Amino acid sequence: MNLATHLPALQVVVPLIAAPLTVLLRRRSVAFGLALVASWLTLAISLLLWWQVASTGTISYAIGSWPAPWGIEYRVDRLNSFLLVLVSGIAALVLPFSHSSIESEVPAQQHYLFYTMFVLCLAGLLGIAITGDAFNIFVFLEVSSLSAYVLIALGRDRRALFAAYQYLLMGSIGATFLVIGIGLLYLMTGTLNLADMGHRLASVQGTRPVLAALAFITVGVSLKLALFPLHQWLPNAYTFAPSAVSAFLAATATKVAVYVLLRFYFTVFGESAVFAKLPMQQMMLLLALAGMFAASTIAIFQTDLKRLFAYSSVAQIGYIILGLSFNSASGLTASIVHLFNHGVTKGAIFMLLGCVALGVGGTTLARVQGLGKRMPLVSFGIVVGGLSLMGVPGTAGFISKWYLLLAALEQGQWWLVFMIVVSSLLAAVYVWRFVEVAYFRAPRGDTANVVATPWLMSLPTAVLVIATVYFGLDTSFTIGTASDAAAALLGGQR
Amino acid sequence: MLTPEQAILASMVVPSAGAILISLAGRTPNLREAITLVTAALLLAVVLTLLPLVMAGGRPSLVLFSLLPGLDIAFQVEPLGMLFALIASGLWIVNSLYSIGYMRGNNEANQTRFFVCFAVALAATMGIAFSGNLLTLFIFYEVLTLSTYPLVTHHGTDKARDGGRVYLGLLLSTSTVLLLPALVFIWFIAGSTDFTVGGILADKLKPGELALLLGLCVFGIGKAALMPFHRWLPAAMVAPTPVSALLHAVAVVKAGVFSVVKVMVYVFGVDTLATAGATNWLVAVAGFTIVAASVVALSADNLKRRLAYSTISQLSYVTMAAALLAPLSLVGAVMHIAAHAVGKITLFFAAGAIYTAAHKTEVSQLDGIGRRMPWTMGAFAIAALSMIGLPPAAGFISKWYMVSGAMASQHWLAVTVIVLSTLLNAGYFLPIIYRAFFVTPPADAHDHPHGEAPLLMVIALTATATATVMLFFFPDVPLTLARQMLNP
Repeated sequence: MNLATHLPALQVVVPLIAAPLTVLLRRRSVAFGLALVASWLTLAISLLLWWQVASTGTISYAIGSWPAPWGIEYRVDRLNSFLLVLVSGIAALVLPFSHSSIESEVPAQQHYLFYTMFVLCLAGLLGIAITGDAFNIFVFLEVSSLSAYVLIALGRDRRALFAAYQYLLMGSIGATFLVIGIGLLYLMTGTLNLADMGHRLASVQGTRPVLAALAFITVGVSLKLALFPLHQWLPNAYTFAPSAVSAFLAATATKVAVYVLLRFYFTVFGESAVFAKLPMQQMMLLLALAGMFAASTIAIFQTDLKRLFAYSSVAQIGYIILGLSFNSASGLTASIVHLFNHGVTKGAIFMLLGCVALGVGGTTLARVQGLGKRMPLVSFGIVVGGLSLMGVPGTAGFISKWYLLLAALEQGQWWLVFMIVVSSLLAAVYVWRFVEVAYFRAPRGDTANVVATPWLMSLPTAVLVIATVYFGLDTSFTIGTASDAAAALLGGQR
Repeated sequence: MLTPEQAILASMVVPSAGAILISLAGRTPNLREAITLVTAALLLAVVLTLLPLVMAGGRPSLVLFSLLPGLDIAFQVEPLGMLFALIASGLWIVNSLYSIGYMRGNNEANQTRFFVCFAVALAATMGIAFSGNLLTLFIFYEVLTLSTYPLVTHHGTDKARDGGRVYLGLLLSTSTVLLLPALVFIWFIAGSTDFTVGGILADKLKPGELALLLGLCVFGIGKAALMPFHRWLPAAMVAPTPVSALLHAVAVVKAGVFSVVKVMVYVFGVDTLATAGATNWLVAVAGFTIVAASVVALSADNLKRRLAYSTISQLSYVTMAAALLAPLSLVGAVMHIAAHAVGKITLFFAAGAIYTAAHKTEVSQLDGIGRRMPWTMGAFAIAALSMIGLPPAAGFISKWYMVSGAMASQHWLAVTVIVLSTLLNAGYFLPIIYRAFFVTPPADAHDHPHGEAPLLMVIALTATATATVMLFFFPDVPLTLARQMLNP
């Protein structure tokens, strides 16, 4: 049996199998070991898949050898191979981080459950990204969402339960809308295979059920990707979840939802249908701008760092949707590359906040006074992440901003250019709130005994912080893949 | 020996490596200070190796790597950049000597952070000086803003924090909202951001659009302190004086006017601008800045505040002279980059010396101080002559060229502005000198007896005052480089 040909299936199967095994092998260290091996194997598989797609083109894999469109097809092209690397990479770094991080945040007897839910969520997210079947997307979406709800509820703050419940409610609405949309598409095309659906929709475009499907899918996915104003679940979820969970979800969950949107818009509906029949472009533009400005402004007034950066995520998702609304090569490249760049940046920031939570016992601005003296490296890391959010050259965020500005200039929209740059100034304001508290205030007396960050936490964190700078200087991987993916999407490749 | 390409790279690597070594030597102050001095000396040596080549007409270049498809991080040494690099690296050594004297004399805290950020800022300055395209210049420009923030807010007080907010807020706002869109737009319409002789925007834009784009660039380069984006300069005076001296008399502000001249000459092109008449508005705005800033300086009692507004005014001399687009005034602009640097650094050195020795900060307190601090006030007097534009100080030469250029192009507004501001300069500098030397101080119960400033500081300010005079008698290097920039 040639393992290489089964990589697409293994991408999901490896973490999926690890989940029940960790439940059965209840011992913490064994569960951790198993989850760690599973996540690193997953990363290796995703890198191999990326390399394979880069050299030979789209991979089509039939699950159980049932040919598409009757069987479920896993289809790996430039776009989702990029996403697979991001999700598995973040998981591979967050998992060792979580081992030390959850010691103080999750009761010991629930640790094995944490690892189970983590690999299950990972399997779900990878499944969404890799599958070429519409209903399969829904199934994996539910898998990842349900495990995410549990992960969030494991937080030690009592409000974590409420946050998980809120996410459950809104997430279920989103998933329901999505499945209604998929159902309508199935009714109109008779197939669930995404590529096949795309072909068959050409003959029924413009009919009311198809437009309704588009609307349902848009709203459903927008709930999942926290597009303003459907973002209400995000701040609570990121704030009250355990730090490792915030890091993982902030870097991956919303990005995968954006992928679902991209896949349905370009591969299934086709860009002309989406942007011509309904005022999608204007609507997304407006919602993106609203998100960018409103969320950034709200972030400025937060007193808890996790909440502050959660609102920052809503704003950054606005950038991604803004790129999408341009419907051009530069715009889509900006969106896709920002999926990756923001994932890396936010992952780094939330991992750093996890170190802060461990070190000084909390992440409120009051607690982190004088953090520059107490935890100098961690503070510097947060500054670097903040600079990336601001889009300072030399960081990954600058690359995304460049393409976004280019996309706006190509369409001669100077007012949009200024909106984009002004909103990045808002990011500077909320980042500088941290800088001033950390470096200009005297440290609190009760934070004198800083808990040293274990190397299992500091090493993965350092890797992501370095990656934030690295991908701002070496863009061959990110821009290379993103521009190919954008071209493929716009070219109507199925 | 270093190849030119290695020298370009070394000019940034040496101060960066120095920064790392300084941070490691934090526990041993004498070693740490020695590292700063050695790094600064090494940097000057590296920069000097490039000078003969550039004077002879060579233009060494280096492409570091490709940031985005078609957009490289590239460097090229041309006359203007050579001059800027020389000034910055040369004055860094002197300023380091001064800083050591000042920081120890005032028993300042966080000295390691200070010297590390200084080194990083100098590395960024070299990157700006040798940048080969607008993208590279923009990147190092931002690095300079961020690396000087800890220097400006060094004292960590609420006042420092507020000053830092204005500093960072204005500089980041202008570069992000105005300069970055201009940069992306230039890339979009010209397909390149390379600094090229004759510019890259010929026949690409209508005259009105050219003027607007120039406006975005010039106002986007907030470090040139063109009104109304000048407030960061006085706000940054909250920094320790060595910071004010090098960064805000030499490196940061010079990076600003350097970038303005570079963009005008190598991105837009002098001929393109002249035919489009796209700089007329800039002459007016710069002229206004010159006069308005001088008027504010007249009424400023705080010495550093007076010097800050003098800097704003002097910077706009360069901008206005460049905007005149006349060959003579362009030479004057380039010469003034050099003349103002040595003159202003001397003035700030003197201000810091006065603060360290006598704990005085206001002009009204300086009666009779010339008797107690003859070297300091002597240097101050020479530098003030340079600001006013009188011989035997270097400022005379640059002003001569600027007025000649203005008269040659019959721009009588510019001539009026230069004459008027010369009078204003005299108005706010000469009284200080007069009162320092010829007025007896009032018998003040709080007037503690004091002597000269610490030796290192006196050495530094004497050196730069001497340089001001030397530049008057031997102006060949800046003048040659300026002429080469105009006639490549």
